[in-house]
Amino acid sequence: MAESIIRLVGCSMAFDNETVLDNLDLNIADREFLTLLGPSGCGKTTTLRIIGGFLKPTVGDVLFEGKRINDVPPYERKVNTVFQRYALFPHLDVYENVAFGLRNRKLGEKEIDDRVTEMLEIVSLRGFEYRSTEQLSGGQQQRVAIARALVNRPKVLLLDEPLGALDLRLRKDMQQELKSIQQTLGITFVYVTHDQEEALAMSDTVVVMDHGRIQQIGTPEDIYNEPKNAFVADFIGESNILDGIMLEDYSVKFFGRRFTCVDSGFRKNEPVDVVIRPEDVDIVSAGEGQLTGTVTAVTFKGVHYDTIVDFHGFKWLIQTTKYNPVGSVIGIRLDPDDIHIMHRSEYSGLYGDYSSYSEEYDELNDPELFPEDITEEVQEVPAAEGGEKEGSERENG
Amino acid sequence: MKTFNKVFTVLVFIFLYIPMVVLLIASFNTGSDPAVFKGFTFHNYGELFRDGVLLPLLANSCILAVLSSLIATIIGTMAALGIHNMRPRKRSLYMAITNIPLTNPEIVTGVSLALLFAFFGQLMKMQSVLGFTTLLIAHITFNLPYVILSVMPKLSQMDPDLEDAAMDLGCNRRQAFFKVVIHEIMPGIISGALMSFTMSLDDFVISYFVYGPKFVTLPVEIYNYTKKPLQPKIYALFTLMFIVILLVMILMNVLQSRDYKSMRARRQALNTQKREGTEV
Repeated sequence: MAESIIRLVGCSMAFDNETVLDNLDLNIADREFLTLLGPSGCGKTTTLRIIGGFLKPTVGDVLFEGKRINDVPPYERKVNTVFQRYALFPHLDVYENVAFGLRNRKLGEKEIDDRVTEMLEIVSLRGFEYRSTEQLSGGQQQRVAIARALVNRPKVLLLDEPLGALDLRLRKDMQQELKSIQQTLGITFVYVTHDQEEALAMSDTVVVMDHGRIQQIGTPEDIYNEPKNAFVADFIGESNILDGIMLEDYSVKFFGRRFTCVDSGFRKNEPVDVVIRPEDVDIVSAGEGQLTGTVTAVTFKGVHYDTIVDFHGFKWLIQTTKYNPVGSVIGIRLDPDDIHIMHRSEYSGLYGDYSSYSEEYDELNDPELFPEDITEEVQEVPAAEGGEKEGSERENG
Repeated sequence: MKTFNKVFTVLVFIFLYIPMVVLLIASFNTGSDPAVFKGFTFHNYGELFRDGVLLPLLANSCILAVLSSLIATIIGTMAALGIHNMRPRKRSLYMAITNIPLTNPEIVTGVSLALLFAFFGQLMKMQSVLGFTTLLIAHITFNLPYVILSVMPKLSQMDPDLEDAAMDLGCNRRQAFFKVVIHEIMPGIISGALMSFTMSLDDFVISYFVYGPKFVTLPVEIYNYTKKPLQPKIYALFTLMFIVILLVMILMNVLQSRDYKSMRARRQALNTQKREGTEV
């Protein structure tokens, strides 16, 4: 990897004695697309705001190209931000919104015009120069926000759930577009999202966070194929997570059976978490399987059927293109590389059991239901609503 | 029931506005007895504009109102910004403190200000402190809560990211305020300023305790007139003042409803976007 452009060293952050970031170390390489991924309140937005200069870490250092920038205000950092709700200036038109940063730097009118026009070209908004930002659709506002940040030619662009308010199709298009902008301009992108698909599709590096701590850093493939603990395995995609015992290298025992796997380097007889991805399981007839179970629920998902199978009281999710009716008894086969072994962690036993499966399970993971980092918002913008209510009531009275 | 409601509403309005109508008619009356309407005339208005005493007093009141509302608007807006940036618990405490003077009886405010000024006068061994400065300070004092109360809701409604966005794009805090934030809260600032202006223009109770012989405002002077029979030109003056205040209030309402409409338009635009998000 190229040398790191931003480093966070031992950063901790607490609001009102509540820890939001816990001793975070992070290297961001120049020109990479890095995604901070995690559920609401995991500290990802806080991390982004620390890099942007809007928050100072309680403990720890922020380094930019090797220099400590803890005390450098946002307006002196070579970093620009695309905000979650765009934060376009309502009193300015599209052109002036994009020109805002350049005017602050007191550039000549000609240069401003050239750069704004060029940038509007890149985000396909030529012809919208004199529109009010309120007349634009969500996707167009998003492009203005991106152009407004990029026109300053930052070394690093920070994006805080920039696609959160867009619908699914538009979001996919914008993912492509952002990725290609990043590659064309060769700028470092630090991207915050709670959408694991988005993170996998766009990033060079994914940083999975929870409870203010980094759970795993790696390429999208690493994160998906080699999750470090039950939290990562469950958050990225679907996983069946079982209790197992690592008998020796390449041999693990669960459900009272010995399986061959590809993992090594564990202690003898170490209790472990075993991850089996639902799409890796092969269904065979009951007699031929290594394990036998009963189908308890089937949901058609388009590409495949979500099949819930009961093995000795532990329910698995299996994704298969073959339909097996409820009540049928089936066998499964696991190849050694279908089995992934993880060390036990604080998350063991919390995830990966489909016993309480209902058809709504993927709605819980649906980003639409949690459009923002609600808990983080509350901490950072304390009770804006309370004050508003109070004020307007008094005004009316 | 419906007819009763209508009749009742009309009755309430008559009750509220009949004194103003009587005043209006009296200002156009030829005779000096308001009980008998003798004929229509502009004579009283002519008298008013030829008057050498009332007009300078009106000018005094206007100067005081403009200055005090202007200063109160500046200080009040800064105070609102400060309170807005506080933590929630501290903020509600400060808002409560801001609100107390609003409910405090004016006479109490007036007397306590007079005492304060007298105290300072003693301290600085001055013969008489009361005058324009004391009036100005008093008016700024009672105007401040109105400004804070009309600016605060605008600050809460504002997207908090806007200020960060401005700073992200090269503004320091001061520039971010003048280039972005002030545009967002301008309707609140204007309505606060207008409200202060009207409050200051017609204040009698507090002014009465802190005015000095060198600078008298119109309401204070007219109070002295009421001991004798009022001259008809004063009716004309009141009518004009009523109309000016009415216009200011209408202007304020128009501005507020326009602001409300633009907010609704923004919200609707956002909703349509959410519904037809695919369009681009």
